[in-house]
Amino acid sequence: MEKMARVTTALGGNTLSGRTMFCHLDAPANAISVCRDAAQVVVAGRNIFKIYSIEEEQFVEKLNLRVGRKPSLNFSCADVVWHQMDENLLATAATNGVVVTWNLGKPSRNKQDQLFTEHKRTVNKVCFHPTEVYMLLSGSQDGYMKCFDLRKKDSVSTFSGQSESVRDVQFSIRDYFTFAATFENGNVQLWDIRRPDRYERMFTAHNGPVFCCDWHLEDRGWLATGGRDKMVKVWDMNTTRAKEIYCVQTIASVARVKWRPECKHHIATCSMMVDHNIYVWDVRRPFIPSAMFEEHKDVTTGIVWRHLHDPYFLLSGSKDSTLYQHIFKDASQPIDRANPEGLCYSLYGDLAFAAKESLISSDSNRKPYIGDRRHPIFFKRKLDPTEQFEYISSSSALSVFETDVESGSMDWFVHTAKQYALAGRPLAELCDHNAKVAKGLDRNQVAQTWTMLRIIYSSLGNVSSANLNHSMGKGSAALPLMNSFNLKDIPSGLGSESRLDRSKGESRTENILMDSSSTLINNEDNEETEGSDVPADYLLGDVEADEDDLYMMDHENPHAEEQEYSLPQEAFPLRHEIVDNPSALDHLQDKADSPHVSGNEAETVSLTPVESFSLISISHSLYENRLPSDFFSPIVRDTLLFYAEQGDVQTAVSVLIVLGERIRKEIDEQTQEHWYTSYIDLLQRFQLWNISNEVIKLSTCRAINCLNQASTTLHVNCSNCKRPMSNRGWICDRCRQCASMCAVCHHVVKGLFVWCQGCSHGGHLQHIMKWLETSSHCPAGCGHLCEYT
Amino acid sequence: MKCHYREEKRVQVSPPLTRGPSAFIPENEVMQANGLDERTNLLVEEYSTSGRLDNITQVMSIHTQYLESFLRSQFYMLRMDGPLPLPYRHYIAIMAAARHQCSYLINMHVDEFLKTGGIAEWLNGLEYIPQRLKNLNEINKLLAHRPWLITKEHIQKLVKTGENNWSLPELVHAVVLLAHYHALASFVFGSGINPERDPDTSNGVRLIAVNNFCVCDLANDNNIENASLTSSNFGNVMVFLQIADSLSELEALMERMKRLQEDKEDEEASQEEMATRFEKEKKESLLVISGAFDDEIVSTDVSRYIEDPGFGYKDFARRGEDHLPTFRAQDYTWENHGFSLVNRLYSDIGHLLDEKFRMVYNLTYNTMATHEDVDTTMLRRALFNYVHCMYGIRYDDYDYGEVNQLLERSLKVYIKTVTCYPERTTKRMYDSYWRQFKHSEKVHVNLLLMEARMQAELLYALRAITRHLT
Repeated sequence: MEKMARVTTALGGNTLSGRTMFCHLDAPANAISVCRDAAQVVVAGRNIFKIYSIEEEQFVEKLNLRVGRKPSLNFSCADVVWHQMDENLLATAATNGVVVTWNLGKPSRNKQDQLFTEHKRTVNKVCFHPTEVYMLLSGSQDGYMKCFDLRKKDSVSTFSGQSESVRDVQFSIRDYFTFAATFENGNVQLWDIRRPDRYERMFTAHNGPVFCCDWHLEDRGWLATGGRDKMVKVWDMNTTRAKEIYCVQTIASVARVKWRPECKHHIATCSMMVDHNIYVWDVRRPFIPSAMFEEHKDVTTGIVWRHLHDPYFLLSGSKDSTLYQHIFKDASQPIDRANPEGLCYSLYGDLAFAAKESLISSDSNRKPYIGDRRHPIFFKRKLDPTEQFEYISSSSALSVFETDVESGSMDWFVHTAKQYALAGRPLAELCDHNAKVAKGLDRNQVAQTWTMLRIIYSSLGNVSSANLNHSMGKGSAALPLMNSFNLKDIPSGLGSESRLDRSKGESRTENILMDSSSTLINNEDNEETEGSDVPADYLLGDVEADEDDLYMMDHENPHAEEQEYSLPQEAFPLRHEIVDNPSALDHLQDKADSPHVSGNEAETVSLTPVESFSLISISHSLYENRLPSDFFSPIVRDTLLFYAEQGDVQTAVSVLIVLGERIRKEIDEQTQEHWYTSYIDLLQRFQLWNISNEVIKLSTCRAINCLNQASTTLHVNCSNCKRPMSNRGWICDRCRQCASMCAVCHHVVKGLFVWCQGCSHGGHLQHIMKWLETSSHCPAGCGHLCEYT
Repeated sequence: MKCHYREEKRVQVSPPLTRGPSAFIPENEVMQANGLDERTNLLVEEYSTSGRLDNITQVMSIHTQYLESFLRSQFYMLRMDGPLPLPYRHYIAIMAAARHQCSYLINMHVDEFLKTGGIAEWLNGLEYIPQRLKNLNEINKLLAHRPWLITKEHIQKLVKTGENNWSLPELVHAVVLLAHYHALASFVFGSGINPERDPDTSNGVRLIAVNNFCVCDLANDNNIENASLTSSNFGNVMVFLQIADSLSELEALMERMKRLQEDKEDEEASQEEMATRFEKEKKESLLVISGAFDDEIVSTDVSRYIEDPGFGYKDFARRGEDHLPTFRAQDYTWENHGFSLVNRLYSDIGHLLDEKFRMVYNLTYNTMATHEDVDTTMLRRALFNYVHCMYGIRYDDYDYGEVNQLLERSLKVYIKTVTCYPERTTKRMYDSYWRQFKHSEKVHVNLLLMEARMQAELLYALRAITRHLT
């Protein structure tokens, strides 16, 4: 604990001071509570019940309340609370359902005062009335809340939660008679202490149990609740209907919530599972906690602010058997570690960049976004003067840079993806085909690579050396920079502004540009000059020095997409072909309806490419003194790595798939997985769903193969009542009608359903197909002219 | 009652002559109760993986409400999004069922395994499966018989990075499947589920390996044991109980429940006594045991899916051994901890299981045998907690004296057998407790036992995972 801060705060004559400190308890704590004077804390758990005084430097054990030879279950505390009016009075909730009160003023060693054994199940929570000395409230697993008058032997009144377990009870600070109770089924109820027959108000706050609630210390209509659904919600109870005003999403179920004293919008939370940290949130900024205490090594079970009017000291107990005092100055602030800049590409190569305003807007005459999408656009968020954040200014600017559609074109990518053949034919043919595709798109080096692969792995001879040389020469020639920000279209005023902006933005802007180049320019044609290794200033210089030149180059080299290519018929057949894919266990759904025998077929078929390969190589080795193809593996591997490094993950993955077993072992799983995910991501961005599925299916990585199994659900709404159909796709639970009737045969469609987007009638795929071959009108008779394409 | 039953006992190969889904429950009981109502059919249509109404579903359809949450969660773990590939899921189900030699479930999942594209070779036994799956054996074994022995070291061993490691989500999925099928095996034996009357052997789908399984069926197993049981000491006791007794038995039980409810406040047991009552119940569960079954015959069809077949339930409270710490239910509850963990690692299953547990715990028709308007909460809680007690899980807020008052000895024998050694369940055991109760009520008991067992296994496994995480 190096960075310890000593804090002293004066609170009306009562001075708090201290540092971040902790002490070991003998056993895990379940709950803690502080004395009114903030000088003592009580810790309770299954095997511990002790009072510690909080000294300047340390915790000092004051009293052990677990006395007696054989500790009874009455000492096994689920909750503890210290009365805020009487410093001698404590109450505990025992796991066996007993509510115990303790009087520290007793002269004997055993301070146990009263024992209420009315609850049948574990008592989850006890709560003293904030102003009334003798009133105690308890909430139990058995679904009852009981109010005790400590002067009497039995409970005064019982409130029934209709056999739904009570998780928390809290007296309102504003209304003398009101208390809130939270339940396992997600409800929150408000009760009037005088009316045990019926709750005043009830609302559903969470999905699943509501573990805790806390009334706001000042703004008295506010109630914060925390639930198993990982949410903290703040409810405004002043209105007739409880209104959710804030919601914070945490990463684990919320075990406790406690409003921070003196800070209207701050609330401390800890979780019940997995996450051991304590967070302090500003409820208005729900995405990132404003402070975080990370000391505990197991889940935090109890948190309490040390003093009712001091926001800087937080005490916490944990399952790791420690008691901590946290000082706010020592809190870690995730905001410091958060990346304040955001960067994102759109499908069309537009780039959005958000950063703190101070980093960007040295330029005062920049115009705000006016709606013209052709220009760099800027959004600016003004600091709300009423909001006061302690740590950061929240003003940020968003810039959107657009690329010219032409220059940012990735058509070559799409074409390649569509035309490449990855499986289903002998290796040599695949390589040839792909080489041709690459060549057709003026990507000579890639074409060359494919050709070489064919030579290495199947060596079907007759590769003309002339061809080789030719491509080589061409490959080294200067090739155009296909992708860059084309600023030509931007009207001079704005264009220069944005340029100005860039040059002024200095290193930051450079970064964007560099990123953009490495991501956008996935083109082999310029691999001589491109790549993420390219120094940023080179690129930047290029762009800034001579935009026109760049533009001209684009023109001189007509784009590949102008040429027409017909898709090879067998490139991506509609039906999945069967591949040698030993680790792929999951293309079962495809096969589920076919007999098992097909499994065997699959294996034999899949072997074909390999067999043909071996046959060929044998015949050639007769006259050719060949090196074993393994010999080239490192080179091929390096080639793939090179392409991937350059951002052309397409080539890398395609080669990987085509070569399959031959190269797979050379590259480690993780790299492969990384390539696959990148390529699939790219394909999906270009909406090449079929191809991306093809790739997933052909991949040999387990992690990738599983992708096809995830999210296979399609949600539909009922055509009658328009509500979601939760259970089955063909009958609606609510209106009890079969929703998806075939318009042709009038039977329910349970399989593939096709429908017209114009009139929304439809039916069995086959039926509709047949119908529309002969008729152009909708089979339902609605008169719509449907089309089947 | 079916009378064919006993006559057929020596015939090993023939299918059981008892018609209907269960060997214990007359066919008309099941049929009339559900009348194959529309709801059940819809449920089956939607959630059944095999697409047919199997015997388990038929018996469960006596409690349609429950059936829905059961099928929904089962369908989710077998068919919906999840970290494990489909054939893995079925293979894990096979492994789990094999621990209890439940050939019914094994057969069912062998089919499904193949249908989902599993590699037929794996069905030859554990030597043929990938090491990764094989690594599950240990946890399968412990979970099935002595879940309290699972420690974070077991978890660590499985998730330790390496070639065959399991990711946590995968492991959780596997654990949920294992627990589900262990518990379901309890139900299958407890309700005497008959083998399926194979409607589709003819379609050529089955491989030869499958046919081996059809030979051994449940009713025969039971018959063997039935025979041995008649000679065992406690079996004899049962035989002499008269119908007249059973009537008064019911009355007495009702009486006791009433008294427990009323006396609650007056007679308050001291804390020590409460603690000893749990220990006593735990110890007593030791004595509640059927005769010796050491020489169990495990058919090779089943044994190829298990390792260490001799490993079985060993009483949690066995004397003269290291004192195992009691699992304090309040320190690791399903609602607070188990749910959050399982849902985090395998999304949505938590909700489904949660719903299922709640459903079975709260299911009541307010009837007891011939009586109506009875609050059976106590009885349900006693059953649930007694199962947990045998697994060493203690509820601080429960008076285990109640178990003693409410659950008669023959019922305890039944409970213990069904949860701990389901394969030894016999019709005699099923018949000998609560003779006045309806079959549907006994099925309800089985559901409670099944879910209690599943929850107990999950709690231990998830606690170990939590410890591994912290």
